[in-house]
Amino acid sequence: MTKVSMTVNGKAVSGEVEGRTLLATFLREGLGLTGTHVGCDTSQCGACVVHVNGQAIKSCTAFAADLDGAKVTTIEGMANPDGSLGTVQQAFQDHHGLQCGFCTPGMVMSAAALLAENPKPTEAEVRHHLEGNICRCTGYHNIVKAVLAASGQDVGQIAAE
Amino acid sequence: MYAFELEKPATVAEAVKALAQEDAQALGGGQTLIPSMKQRLAAPAVLVSLNGIKEMIGVRKDGGDLVIGGATPHAVVAKEAGAYPALAGLAGNIGDPAVRNRGTIGGSLANNDPSACYPSAVLASGATVVTNNRQIAADDFFEGLFTTALEPGEIITEVRFPIPQKASYQKFLQPASRFALTAVFVAKTGGGVRVAVTGASEDGVFRWADAEAALSANFAADAVSGLSVDPEGMIGDMHGTKAYRANLVKVLTGRAVSAA
Ligand SMILES: Cc1cc2nc3c(=O)[nH]c(=O)nc-3n(C[C@H](O)[C@H](O)[C@H](O)COP(=O)(O)OP(=O)(O)OC[C@H]3O[C@@H](n4cnc5c(N)ncnc54)[C@H](O)[C@@H]3O)c2cc1C
Ligand code: FES
Ligand code: FES
Repeated sequence: MTKVSMTVNGKAVSGEVEGRTLLATFLREGLGLTGTHVGCDTSQCGACVVHVNGQAIKSCTAFAADLDGAKVTTIEGMANPDGSLGTVQQAFQDHHGLQCGFCTPGMVMSAAALLAENPKPTEAEVRHHLEGNICRCTGYHNIVKAVLAASGQDVGQIAAE
Repeated sequence: MYAFELEKPATVAEAVKALAQEDAQALGGGQTLIPSMKQRLAAPAVLVSLNGIKEMIGVRKDGGDLVIGGATPHAVVAKEAGAYPALAGLAGNIGDPAVRNRGTIGGSLANNDPSACYPSAVLASGATVVTNNRQIAADDFFEGLFTTALEPGEIITEVRFPIPQKASYQKFLQPASRFALTAVFVAKTGGGVRVAVTGASEDGVFRWADAEAALSANFAADAVSGLSVDPEGMIGDMHGTKAYRANLVKVLTGRAVSAA
């Protein structure tokens, strides 16, 4: 066992992990942050995406011990300080960007990473960026719409699907 | 996944030492290795993370060469390899953004997946793979499916790409895996044209000699239209037959020449 320390959602945390402890496992089982979902555990679905030092990564495909000292943001860190939904989360709710919600934490984290780099993406850019996030329910259109809305663009012209 | 010890050295010298331990293996971005360890196809006793070695991360110009550190993630190459646009474009279309933020050039080359993108760029550019103890020419590096000239414990520290006059990478996407179904990298230099093909041969990445000769004489898309690739030895699977892939090689080579 080795000790890891990270800053998760702005708070300093530490814990004992094995070499093989995945970041997803550390977050969910070590810290109780179960908002990060594990869908496939094979780096295919993107449900487990979190931000590490500002970049979106699949937390099922990284070892906690390899990320000692990192700054991590999970879906739990996306709400406003008063507990209300953050901009991207609110847009998903407003535009019906989720159905069962299983893919949503990863979708929101991937979308937020895109908007941090590219504040006014085109629809094509949003779709390209979300290629690693799989949703079995929505058919994606409302997810794309929510991301465009979160970027402050008018989505009135995009038909509801 | 079986248990192992994770070590995270800060220098290449320390990593080489750590890798000399029994059953030690290098960890790049883990995008291939971690899934294989979950399936117990790989079971190292010691995993040596290269992600803390600063000298192995980054992109720099050195004369006419673009030099990429062995532990540089694909996303960094996509952003910083502007001096070699075809290479930056290739890196920016590997997998998806989260894979690009972790996966590294050294890991991709060491793995030598028959459908991976980087091997074709290295082979077509005539790049040099630099390790902790030698320099390996691209033509000597790839030795067939998942096999390279690397010795156990040898680390790819950087890759030196001579920047060609013109180049293009054309990837025909396999949308489920996000790898190349088939892809072609064409590079034109003062010394002639090199054409490297991935996702097609059962022996992994290869140079298409007939196309290189035709394009060195006449760098135009229709210079390859009369050529054909033998379907024998091509990969045939549920995504495409041998003949389909053989034809894609030709079509993608033509497209690469037009786009270069
Ligand atoms: C969903 C998904 C989509 C993908 N799509 C593509 C794609 O379109 N095109 C493509 O080319 N690839 C694709 N990949 C693979 C990706 O590019 C991997 O990152 C890459 O193949 C392995 O790099 P890594 O740094 O993750 O290596 P790791 O998984 O850490 O290691 C792979 C192997 O290389 C060894 N190794 C790692 N670094 C070094 C080094 N510096 N020197 C010597 N040996 C080393 C390791 O010991 C291991 O044997 C995809 C992967 C996923 C999960
Ligand atoms: S759970 Fe990590 S990619 Fe699916
Ligand atoms: S909302 Fe159910 S998987 Fe996306």
